[in-house]
Amino acid sequence: MVLVLALGDLHIPHRAPDLPAKFKSMLVPGKIQHVICTGNLCAKEVHDYLKTVCPDLHITRGEYDEEPRYPETKTLTIGQFKLGVCHGHQVIPWGDLDSLAMLQRQLDVDILVTGHTHQFTAYKHEAGVVINPGSATGAFSSITYDVNPSFVLMDIDGLRVVVYVYELIDGEVKVDKIDFKKTTTATA
Amino acid sequence: MIADGVEDEEKWLSAGIAGLQQNAFYMHRALDSNNLKDALKYSAQMLSELRTSRLSPHKYYELYMRAFDELRKLELFFKEETSRGCSIVELYELVQHAGNILPRLYLLCTVGSVYIKSKEAPAKDVLKDLVEMCRGIQHPLRGLFLRSYLSQVSRDKLPDIGSEYEGDADTVMDAVEFVLQNFTEMNKLWVRMQHQGPNREKEKREKERSELRDLVGKNLHVLSQIEGVDLEMYKKIVLPRVLEQVVNCKDELAQYYLMDCIIQVFPDEYHLQTLETLLNACPQLQPSVDVKTVLARLMERLSNYAASGAEVKAFAKLNNAIGKVIEAQDNMPIAGVVTLYASLLTFTLQVHPDRLDYIDQILGACVKKLSGKEKLDDRQATKQIVALLSAPLEKYKDIDTALKLSNYPRVMEYLNARTNKEMANVIIQNIMKNKTCISTAEKVDALFELIKGLIRDLDEDLHDELDEEDFKEEQNSVARLIQMLHSDDPEEMSKIIHTVRKHILTGGRQRLPFTVPPLIFSSLKLVRRLEGQDESVSGNDASTTPKKIFQIVTQIIESLSSIPVPELALGLYLQCAEAANDCDLEPVAYEFFTQAYILYEEEITDSKSQVTCIHLIIGTLQRMHVFGVENRDALTHKATGYSAKLLKKPDQCRAVYACSHLFWLDEHDRIRDGERVLLCLKRALRIANAVQQMANATRGSGGSVVLFIEILNKYLYFYEKGVSQITVESIQDLIELIRSEMNGENAPSDPAADAFLASTLRYIQFQKEKRWCSGGEI
Repeated sequence: MVLVLALGDLHIPHRAPDLPAKFKSMLVPGKIQHVICTGNLCAKEVHDYLKTVCPDLHITRGEYDEEPRYPETKTLTIGQFKLGVCHGHQVIPWGDLDSLAMLQRQLDVDILVTGHTHQFTAYKHEAGVVINPGSATGAFSSITYDVNPSFVLMDIDGLRVVVYVYELIDGEVKVDKIDFKKTTTATA
Repeated sequence: MIADGVEDEEKWLSAGIAGLQQNAFYMHRALDSNNLKDALKYSAQMLSELRTSRLSPHKYYELYMRAFDELRKLELFFKEETSRGCSIVELYELVQHAGNILPRLYLLCTVGSVYIKSKEAPAKDVLKDLVEMCRGIQHPLRGLFLRSYLSQVSRDKLPDIGSEYEGDADTVMDAVEFVLQNFTEMNKLWVRMQHQGPNREKEKREKERSELRDLVGKNLHVLSQIEGVDLEMYKKIVLPRVLEQVVNCKDELAQYYLMDCIIQVFPDEYHLQTLETLLNACPQLQPSVDVKTVLARLMERLSNYAASGAEVKAFAKLNNAIGKVIEAQDNMPIAGVVTLYASLLTFTLQVHPDRLDYIDQILGACVKKLSGKEKLDDRQATKQIVALLSAPLEKYKDIDTALKLSNYPRVMEYLNARTNKEMANVIIQNIMKNKTCISTAEKVDALFELIKGLIRDLDEDLHDELDEEDFKEEQNSVARLIQMLHSDDPEEMSKIIHTVRKHILTGGRQRLPFTVPPLIFSSLKLVRRLEGQDESVSGNDASTTPKKIFQIVTQIIESLSSIPVPELALGLYLQCAEAANDCDLEPVAYEFFTQAYILYEEEITDSKSQVTCIHLIIGTLQRMHVFGVENRDALTHKATGYSAKLLKKPDQCRAVYACSHLFWLDEHDRIRDGERVLLCLKRALRIANAVQQMANATRGSGGSVVLFIEILNKYLYFYEKGVSQITVESIQDLIELIRSEMNGENAPSDPAADAFLASTLRYIQFQKEKRWCSGGEI
């Protein structure tokens, strides 16, 4: 069993002062094996903070990230799953599932994680999953109104992944769960 | 030498103990055989060991404790003697025949104790006699221990109220008098100790003297335990007499210790009722005495007392006393002054949290003391000022309260640039920690004035010292702060935005990239609140409208142009364009796009930045519904043009096929132009072809077959959307093209492309099956 934290679009300090305290108290070091961040952190302090949550950190570049070392896309393999990460401002129309599915085919991944819209979504699409963890700080977005802070925790176990989404609604953390089972192995 | 000294001392101590034990042994034998004469003889010899002047206080104490234990046995014996019929008066006379004065006085005290117990004479007479006789020992160390012994054996025999030794009226006075006298004499001996011996050992002596302080202080403790010492007596006799001794002894160590001792041993209520007397003594103490700590302890006690529910009205007296102490110790360093005020402030915050006028008064007193001086540079003093200014923030957890204190900013004026910044950081952290919302423009103005150390350069040199990392961190905290400035009232919020703008514009080019974005997003949040509000209804010229907010937002973003940070500004313009779109303000949205385009054309030169900016332009434009045909055409035309002119061909190709989405919107009937979708895709294909030819020309370099597969996916996308111009044949042709390119003799192996094509073909199959199931065809 492997726990993967996926989050993004924090926009600290442009649009939000900090991660919600309730989230911070949940993200204790030592419990999470990998962190996937879709980008727009934006301050370096956020990078440092995520490193403390888990040193195995994978970040792609959002349009407000100044750090030139963040790549536009990234793929990694965790257990039986191949994961792809991209901020998503490059995929037009923004947040469009069919266009994201094309990226998923291009990266040849089982799970694609993108951001940019600040709207949590998780779709089972063809043989894979497309996830947007939303904005971890609930940052203002021109795309989504009334953004709630959210992030995603993926529990990867063999051919099965359980996607937990944590959403902060009126000061309370709500958890939702989506189950996904990989049926076919990806192309050779 | 020192080592020898220590060794010698050990030797002397062991010799002393040996002598003591030997005589004690004979004394015991005498006691066992009821031989009084021998018992007195050996006990006197035993006590002679205490006549040594070779031991340090520490070792002397060890010897004394052994003697003390033996004396307890002797006392018991005396008691038995009297019950056997021996006259205590005779005994009292008898022990005075001991040859040496020190053993004599110890024995006298011991018999005296039994004498009082026998009640054959009034306790007060015996005590008076003993305390007078002890004057015979003027050697400080021996005298102190002798009197300590007297104090010890008499403690439970004082003629206190309710005690069995209470005699006629007013004998509690005698008890008090006895203890006071013993205290006074002990203090004199203690003070005199410092003059014994060579000057070079003064430091060591002071340390030793300090170890003996509790012997003296014990008397004050005894006084506090006397039932008869009520408030009245404490006020009229005990405190004045003790203070008289404290002040007159003119000794730093004694004064500091005894003042503290008074504060600790007597009840809070007494302090409160005699505050003036106690405080009056403070300015009379030696200038070197650490009065600020003494007063801090006193105030701490009083505030704890107040916390327990007592009414403590002491501010004026304390404030007055502190003023006098500062006046009296005119060489008191500024750090000491501020420390004193900081303790008074702590006291006031705890006891009178509602009296902001007191708090302001304290800060005012600090300002007065600081005025006429240069900005503070003394590390200790600035540390204390930061503590002083932080205390109200911590107490009220609310910057609002601090903003009400007129002297608060005036104290900050005296901080040097570095400390001013440090304090500004404390203020911001306090706001963030307590999630304080600053809700009026007036408060925002005052706050920014307070934290100006972070808002602009107060001192040019300082900035150079600061490394980039720290500077970023500071400015990020200002950016965080800007998000805490919020009013639910749109008019007030608009004023807040104007106020913040005024301040951040003074920050210069290095700060603006940090402070502008949060202000823009604050403004856009306000716009969103106003969205849908009918402007003709509100009518009022002065009222806040999205249009007016967009005006100021434009000015704020323009301020970035001098820096320049075109990529940031462009992103912000596009955010604004979308906000204007949501407000149905076509000209405003068009203007924002125009600004973004100007930046793109004139300022964005880095090819990587261009790619990101193009994505943002196309992505935003794709979402705009406010534009009429003419404006939309103008903007899409330019966007396609920019795309085709990107530096690298693959980037061109991708941007151009992305532009196809500008002509086909699912949710808008009027934007469904299949012809132009196809034109974009064909143009992307031509670019991909060009890349491929170049790759073929330079054998081995990576091909562009991936670009073809991407375009194939776009064909599929629009085919699925029902764009009639995208035909099944064109898709099949494209697949053929890709296959031949991949199987060509020059084609390098590209597993990524293989996988991409495979998954795309799987997708086609998947869609086919879906369509077939629902009766369609491909």
